[in-house]
Amino acid sequence: MAKKRLVLNFPPHLIDQPITYQLITKYQLKVNILRARITPKEWGRLVIEVSGTKKNLDAALQFVAEVGVDAKPLAQDVLWHEDRCIECTACTSICPTGALSVSRPDMRVSFRHEKCIACELCVPVCAYGAVEITF
Amino acid sequence: MAKTIQEINEKIKSGRAVVFTAEEIIEVAKSKGVKKAAAEVDVVTTGTFAPMCSSGAYFNVGHTKPRIKLGGGRVTLNDVPVYTGLAAVDLFLGVTALPDDDPRNRIHPGKFLYGGGHVIEDLVAGKDVKLFASAYGTDCYPRRKLETWIRLEDMNQTVLFNMRNAYQNYGVAVNLSDRIIYTYMGVLQPTMRNATYCSAGQLSPLLNDPLYVTIGMGSRIFLGGGVGYVVGSGTQHNPGVPRNDRGVPRAGAGTLAVTGDLKQMSARWLRGASFTGYGSTLAIGIGIPIPVLNEEILRYTTVTDAEIVAPIIDYSDSYPKGIPGNLGEVSYAQLKSGSITVKGKKVPTAGLSSYTRAREVASILKGWIQGGEFLLTEPVTTLPSADSGITFKPLTERPINNSSASR
Repeated sequence: MAKKRLVLNFPPHLIDQPITYQLITKYQLKVNILRARITPKEWGRLVIEVSGTKKNLDAALQFVAEVGVDAKPLAQDVLWHEDRCIECTACTSICPTGALSVSRPDMRVSFRHEKCIACELCVPVCAYGAVEITF
Repeated sequence: MAKTIQEINEKIKSGRAVVFTAEEIIEVAKSKGVKKAAAEVDVVTTGTFAPMCSSGAYFNVGHTKPRIKLGGGRVTLNDVPVYTGLAAVDLFLGVTALPDDDPRNRIHPGKFLYGGGHVIEDLVAGKDVKLFASAYGTDCYPRRKLETWIRLEDMNQTVLFNMRNAYQNYGVAVNLSDRIIYTYMGVLQPTMRNATYCSAGQLSPLLNDPLYVTIGMGSRIFLGGGVGYVVGSGTQHNPGVPRNDRGVPRAGAGTLAVTGDLKQMSARWLRGASFTGYGSTLAIGIGIPIPVLNEEILRYTTVTDAEIVAPIIDYSDSYPKGIPGNLGEVSYAQLKSGSITVKGKKVPTAGLSSYTRAREVASILKGWIQGGEFLLTEPVTTLPSADSGITFKPLTERPINNSSASR
């Protein structure tokens, strides 16, 4: 089994296509929708976690690329600027997945990409602009 | 065995001073005993790094040709307005100042991305900032407009001057309401889904000298990455609050006014901060050395997070309305464990003051002293302490009703 967190950007003309349905039925993927934004006539955005066999996952990625959906790994779109972080720990109590966490008792803050679901809760909480979401 | 600051300075100069941070001294005193530790240790260094809003800087930008009287005129640095009610080319910039076109909270919650604190960070980082000025013109200062790039090194005096820093202890913020609130204590989730605190606890300067025996006017300190001095007690200095049996205040108490030359400071220790829905400010690194003159002073520096308590305050109602009282007390050891219990509910905690940076400040200062480059000063006068009778008064409003009595 392979697992990936992806950001899918849908061009406006694909808004009526049931692409997630295809991922589930045609490619047998388990799809967990983390975030979705769909507005008529605008680019749509879907943040998903998909798991399935490596073969199916690769085929599914090829399928979405062919229909014109831009798929990028989530990790690329969430940036943690370590140099801007002062390790105050303000973000750590709000992060729902523990991607931003503090080690105790030394109180060091760290960010683990693979746990991040891009919920953006940390963005207004950080006074130093240390977390940046670029999609 | 009592020591004097002069004796300690002789040891510092010869590179023999024994220095520990306020975190390290806890273990040192535990293993050696207070008496032996007090005899052997010369200095304990403290540190803190946190947002401190009552801060600012004054500048003398030099005279133009022909001259312009910025005093009484209007000046902005990177669009952030500065105070000009001074002589011709002296300016004061406060860290919470915002550009006129900042949306503030018109679109709630505002982001406050750039303010006075960020200008100071940029200047200290060596960046060019835009100076726009308009003045009314006089016979001796005829010019009315000025637009120029300016850098810290271009200016004459560039002085960080903070009227309230290094708060001795602080409250813990929670939100009892059912809506999210945006405060200077961070974003507080409804129905106590988080709690925030803001103190370096056992590393914090004034918590290691709780009755202000050694820290006073003229104390040489680490300020913003450079060397600074304590000016005196800061605004809202409130030494008369309840204390524990070791003299440690159980709530916000003493404060410091501090100053230092910005030209030798660094952007790592002066960081602009943007509090969503609240405003902009500056996070500042401060470290204060405590000379171990006797056993009593050493004992004060061995204070631990478990012994320092802070009151829990509801920022949805009692804080904004100024209603006294609290929801109980918790220790910094509990706060740093990641959760506290308030009214029977487990609440996750988060800091606003960086403990790792506080530790770094204390250890940099320790290095300066060990290296013989930083000497201690005898305070010119001490700060008003618990017995001073000083209180922190609220404002009692008196209606004006068109009365001309006060003019």
